[in-house]
Amino acid sequence: MTITTRKRLFVMFGAALLAIFMLAVRELPEFGHYRGPYGDVLNRETVYERHVTDVVSAVNFDWRGIDTLGEESILFLSVVGTIVLLRTGDGETEHKDEQGTTSNDDIPLPSEATRVASLGLVGPLVVFGLYIVTHGHLTPGGGFQGGVVLATAPLLVYVAGDLKTFKRIANHEFVEITEALGIGGYLSSGFLGMVLGSAYLRNVLPLGTTGHLFSGGTILVLNVFTGAAVAAGMVSILYAFLEHTIEVRLRRKG
Amino acid sequence: MSILPYAVAGWLFIIGLYGIVTSRNFIHLVMCLAVLQSSTYVLLLSVGYRVGGGPPVFATAPVGTPAVDPLVHALVLTDIVVEATVVALLLSLAIRIHKNTGNLEPDKIVELRG
Amino acid sequence: MANSLAPLPVLVPLAAAVFLALINKHTARWFADFVSISAVCASGIMSVVLLHRTASAPIVYWFGGWTPRTGIAVGVNFYIDPISAVLAAFISLLALCSLIFSLHYFDSVGNLYHVLMLGFVAGMCGFSSSGDLFNLFVFFELMSISAFALCGYKTEEPSTQQGAINFAVMNTIGGFLALLGIAMFYSRTGALNLAQIGRTLSHQSDALIVSAFVFVMCGFLVKAAVFPFHFWLADAHAVAPTPVCVLFSGIMVQLAVYAVARVYWSAMEGPMSGHQAAITSVLAIAGTITALLGAMMCFAQQHIKRMLAFSTISHTGILVVAFALLKPKALAGAALYVIGHGAAKGALFLVAGILLHRFGSVEESSLYGRGRSMKWTGAVFAFSGLGLAGLIPFGTFAGEHGIDVAAKGTSFWWVKVVFIFAATLTGAAVFRVYARVFLGRGAPNATEELATTSDEARETKGPHDHVPVVMFIPAAVLAVSAIASGCVPGSVAHFRRSASAFSDTVAYQAQVLDGTALQEPPLSEAAEQPLAAAITSTVTTMLAVAVAILALLPRRHRKRLYLERLSRAFSTVRNAHSGKIGDYVVYFSFGVAAIGTVLVFLICRR
Repeated sequence: MTITTRKRLFVMFGAALLAIFMLAVRELPEFGHYRGPYGDVLNRETVYERHVTDVVSAVNFDWRGIDTLGEESILFLSVVGTIVLLRTGDGETEHKDEQGTTSNDDIPLPSEATRVASLGLVGPLVVFGLYIVTHGHLTPGGGFQGGVVLATAPLLVYVAGDLKTFKRIANHEFVEITEALGIGGYLSSGFLGMVLGSAYLRNVLPLGTTGHLFSGGTILVLNVFTGAAVAAGMVSILYAFLEHTIEVRLRRKG
Repeated sequence: MSILPYAVAGWLFIIGLYGIVTSRNFIHLVMCLAVLQSSTYVLLLSVGYRVGGGPPVFATAPVGTPAVDPLVHALVLTDIVVEATVVALLLSLAIRIHKNTGNLEPDKIVELRG
Repeated sequence: MANSLAPLPVLVPLAAAVFLALINKHTARWFADFVSISAVCASGIMSVVLLHRTASAPIVYWFGGWTPRTGIAVGVNFYIDPISAVLAAFISLLALCSLIFSLHYFDSVGNLYHVLMLGFVAGMCGFSSSGDLFNLFVFFELMSISAFALCGYKTEEPSTQQGAINFAVMNTIGGFLALLGIAMFYSRTGALNLAQIGRTLSHQSDALIVSAFVFVMCGFLVKAAVFPFHFWLADAHAVAPTPVCVLFSGIMVQLAVYAVARVYWSAMEGPMSGHQAAITSVLAIAGTITALLGAMMCFAQQHIKRMLAFSTISHTGILVVAFALLKPKALAGAALYVIGHGAAKGALFLVAGILLHRFGSVEESSLYGRGRSMKWTGAVFAFSGLGLAGLIPFGTFAGEHGIDVAAKGTSFWWVKVVFIFAATLTGAAVFRVYARVFLGRGAPNATEELATTSDEARETKGPHDHVPVVMFIPAAVLAVSAIASGCVPGSVAHFRRSASAFSDTVAYQAQVLDGTALQEPPLSEAAEQPLAAAITSTVTTMLAVAVAILALLPRRHRKRLYLERLSRAFSTVRNAHSGKIGDYVVYFSFGVAAIGTVLVFLICRR
């Protein structure tokens, strides 16, 4: 089919789809009038049950911990998949890329302002990321959000033009090990519950006092593991995409 | 209008599909898929909203203060991060296509047919 | 205790995958093989144990110890009953055969292939056990991601990326359509647990519920490759490595139909009571078109893996029709059918892999006569073809018979005809390939080639002059399982009992939400004497052989039989399978719009 035929056909079918959706949506509760029991039960019980104040984190790492484990596995396997797909094959020739790299030569080094700003932000970002990861059970935050913030720190190093350092950080085996350890730690913490006679992912560590850093039992532990896994995973992906460009540019630099 | 957020979600989904149908570049196609993904986030978040409700964090507010539904927030936040990595996987497929064939047009790569 | 076993078939492969990734750079290939095979075996053994333990009462496993409070489910649960346990065990069997097939010949990069395979197995096992709608979506995505990466594994060929990206985009769209439906269910019921959704919905069947169900169902049916969402499957199979195709065709596609059945019977039975005719008609039509189209496309292919992919589409169409009947007996038949077909299909793919290893090709025309020396491999191929044709006593026969018995007396007597057509054509395709490749009979290059598939690169290391034992054994094992699944005494009765428990919505909700112990359902009556069915199946098989012979005739004879004209007329349909993702998405939107409009109109008009 040509694109025009497709457009015409899709306008028809898409309109029908949208119509069905709007018909359905008319029967939804009005926006802003959430009714269901599940959210209310969670809001009511979390502080009492688990001594944490951020219900969203508690939902992610305690009430529905297995969902988060599944999501983390998806992240882990995506990273593995990206690495597998971007690997240099045996038949790969370098010459094709030589043609495409002349334009790379013309890319100027980042300005002084960019360099100062980027490198200056690296430190605060790391601290901020660690703060978000570890305080996820008290205030909005957690492993996922903090992990992504942590992953931007090496990216800023790349933006600042410091390719050697970026390569040293990102290509290190440390990153891959952290990722595997992150998700491995999550898996193992779940087994703690089983070992102690209860179900998988049961929160068996001491719950502490509400509002303090060391509260929530396994929620804090899982937050940290998740943060490690997400940060390392994102850095791996970034490096897999940028690896080739970095190699070429470093070679050009001499 | 009380169904506006839901309509936005539906529209995003259709627009994402339209983008995929008429795409001339694989990178554009994968980004349209990301738009499609975000339509589900919009729907989930709007379903859980409560007028006058605060965030489901009880650090300063006592338990019992009206708050929005925490569940959809939990679902969406993990989804966003994870689907970013899925988009990365698809983009790496697009990169591979470019490396192997030199072009990125979906309609020009027809090795499998019939 | 038995209950602790419930999450382990998922957790053990996942843990093994993480472990292998951790020590990736430091281990030898054989260690990765050892770890992955052990993990899959362990998972399989645990599933079999669970199969025994759940024979009397299913297991409800609440993660984190969050049991329901005052009838509201607050956590996520796994629901293990005999059907999900047997599916999980079958997943492990197929994965085991795939991994053994890929021992030391398959060209794997580091150990990441094993990591992806283990993740795939974990995702599929979780998908078959979950009792929570969002959890089902999470495992759906886990299964899909590993599948995308595995499909695109052979990175050197451009066709691989085309197949992989078509696969990835279509399945992601399907997954997110399902998530839209899940959000709609959540909004109405305030619950994500299947049993609770069912209980809250009781009999509401307005446009919201019907559309939500349509979205969830269509999302899963994309993975199940049902018409008009099936276009991606052939592309994906043509390029994925052979051991991965075994898992795709053997169980991944069928699991999606199982998930639709699970969602229907735990949540939708109440709302849909009184409207069953609508659902049955729509799904039966979709399933029939899938079965017929798949069978015809299958017969027209020259690329062996693509041919087998279309035959999977056809047989999955039969499964959808079986589900559409909405009867426990049909469900029991369908479960048996999945195993019989999956084993036979797995064996066929492994033989295709052996051919690829020895001759570097899976095109029927270029393999003409080259398999003459491989007597045993050819025998496995033909034997599995008999399984596809539904000969007694293969598992497919037992399954089909069960479906027939359920269809008797309803207005769906024609299910039998559809099955005969599908079985004949798909069996005939296999026999035709057997005759050309392994016997060297028939006229070479007898059909004009409409499909384009690029040359398949070898996926294995040499030497290529003999059939390695490590490749032959799994193929033989799967072929034997195909027939063994139909011969286990009492299996039909057990499946029937599980199926009637599966479809008992009220009891399911009570067990999950209130913790009431299920009463052991009675062992159903013995299977009907299938003499008439046995005769029909033998006739079908002979018909398949006859069609295969017809296809082998030299061109002038076939011209006289107008066969050439038929295949030219069919070329429009073949060209619709254009390999372009834009076309596939248009067909997809047509399908969802059509199914949605019809169902909303039929069910919601007052």
